[in-house]
Amino acid sequence: MALLEVKKLGISFGGLRAVDDFSLTIEKGQLYGLIGPNGAGKTTIFNLLTGVYKPTDGTIHLDGQNITGRSNIEINKAGIARTFQNIRLFSNLSVLDNVKAGLSNHYAYSTAAGVFRLPKYFRQEKAMNERAMKLLKPFELDGDADVLASNLPYGKQRKLEIARALATEPKLLLLDEPAAGMNPKETAGLMNTILTVREEFGVTVLMIEHDMSIVSGMCERLSVLNFGQLLCEGPTAEVLSDPEVIKAYLGE
Amino acid sequence: MKQFLKPATRRSFITYAILIAAFIAVEVMVSTGSASNMFKGLLVPFCVYSIAAASLNLTVGILGELSLGQAGFMCIGAYSSAIFSVVTKDTITEAWVRFPIALLIGGIFAALFGVLIGIPVLRLRGDYLAIVTLAFGEIIKNVFAALYVGYDSSGLHFSLTSQGDLNLAPDGKMLINGALGISGTPKDSTFEIGFIVLMISLIVLYNFINSRTGRAVMSVRDNRIAAESIGLNITKFKLITFGLTAFLGGIAGALFSHNLASLQASKFDYNLSILILVFVVLGGIGNIRGSVIAAVILTYLPEVLRSINNYRMLIYSIVLIVMMIFTSNAKIRGFFTASFMRLKGLVFKNKAAKEGD
Repeated sequence: MALLEVKKLGISFGGLRAVDDFSLTIEKGQLYGLIGPNGAGKTTIFNLLTGVYKPTDGTIHLDGQNITGRSNIEINKAGIARTFQNIRLFSNLSVLDNVKAGLSNHYAYSTAAGVFRLPKYFRQEKAMNERAMKLLKPFELDGDADVLASNLPYGKQRKLEIARALATEPKLLLLDEPAAGMNPKETAGLMNTILTVREEFGVTVLMIEHDMSIVSGMCERLSVLNFGQLLCEGPTAEVLSDPEVIKAYLGE
Repeated sequence: MKQFLKPATRRSFITYAILIAAFIAVEVMVSTGSASNMFKGLLVPFCVYSIAAASLNLTVGILGELSLGQAGFMCIGAYSSAIFSVVTKDTITEAWVRFPIALLIGGIFAALFGVLIGIPVLRLRGDYLAIVTLAFGEIIKNVFAALYVGYDSSGLHFSLTSQGDLNLAPDGKMLINGALGISGTPKDSTFEIGFIVLMISLIVLYNFINSRTGRAVMSVRDNRIAAESIGLNITKFKLITFGLTAFLGGIAGALFSHNLASLQASKFDYNLSILILVFVVLGGIGNIRGSVIAAVILTYLPEVLRSINNYRMLIYSIVLIVMMIFTSNAKIRGFFTASFMRLKGLVFKNKAAKEGD
């Protein structure tokens, strides 16, 4: 059974049809790419999948469970985590606390236990710290644990966002242009990290990316979006050589 | 360099240490008789305003929402606890039993109202909390100013018009006498108790901020969309935080009412809410220790300046501006920190040189 099954997804903002009749199937463990020219509706699809927008049509199933129309909080609990195109970190919290915020739902203790420093507080905080450091390690952020997130260099901020998303133990991780603004060396490093993380945490990845070296080097399958509609879908090599796709990207 | 304590823990311990040192200094001053009567009279208000400001900072600085109704919560705490004490002062004669219960009652009633107005308002984004709490504070003040409550053998009597409408039996007693408020509250607030309550409040605040809930609340403040994307239940955490602010505000009000022989609702007006907000802003938004220090300085200053009455407000406003510049402008703060460090370096160098002679 597919991990994510999207059928005939659509959303209108007033008279504008931002996404129309979009279907997508992602198998467990896949590294899936979503590409398309600017304004094609890629981020809108991420917002639909994560519950930021409610779809006007269509259904979304995660692991057989219907999550259509649920709130973003519930969808995260169901197992989808994401990063953002424009980085959204908790800038006044430390790197460690950013990840620990992501761990909140898995290492819960009551407010009273926190205020009165009951044994459960110390137990859970200790477990949380250990888990957070384990998450930071593959991103080489464990040395910056006490640094404020806003003081991190750009590349590390992107990595921290992925680490925070992974902290919620997602089945499906959505990466919105993870390599945006990175130099080729940083990009290569990030590709390796994503591959390691996928192995280590057993997570399925759906990513939006413009950098064709990443897309062709990492993604197993691709969906191409143009003007809110699915243009083409299939194995990466096939899709990238499709004349329609080349036309959409480069024009005639 | 690996530090012994986490920065957050160290920050809270420094605050406790400063306050305990200040407490001992004040106790010494009072026992040696070097404290003026005016100063002694301000000791409980110091605690009251510190608690009110530190707890408001939780909503303003940690949650990132503006609340203009702290005086309203203090009012509820003050009235509910005072009523409890007036009614029970003959049955529970021991102040050390009665007063903690009174404080808790004040806090719980205030928290109840905090949660009640928080439920609809905290779901919204924007400045709605400021608008609603502003109205709330005014409504509470005016309702209490018009409220007449008395009790006799047949139970409680309420009226919103006049004392005569209560139809009290001859043996009846007035509890709230309209604009005249409550009188006969036992004077249970002392500096020592106020200090203990302040310390407990600060421990609760610091522990709250450095816990899972505090982290979640700060995540919501820094980036709401990202906080939702990692599955944090925003409304719940906002409610808990605002409820705690109201609870501690109520306790501050209870401490306040048990320091006065008679209590009027007019004391809890809009100006008080703004005054407490001024403490928070000047002490540094999100800085609990700063709120306490600002509350103490800005409560003390107007009283000290009474002797030069003509220039009082002038000096007060200059101090406000200077504090504002100090706490909000990173460059100026950096300049003074750097000069301080240089000065320290000079002093220590001289000392070392002298010792070398």
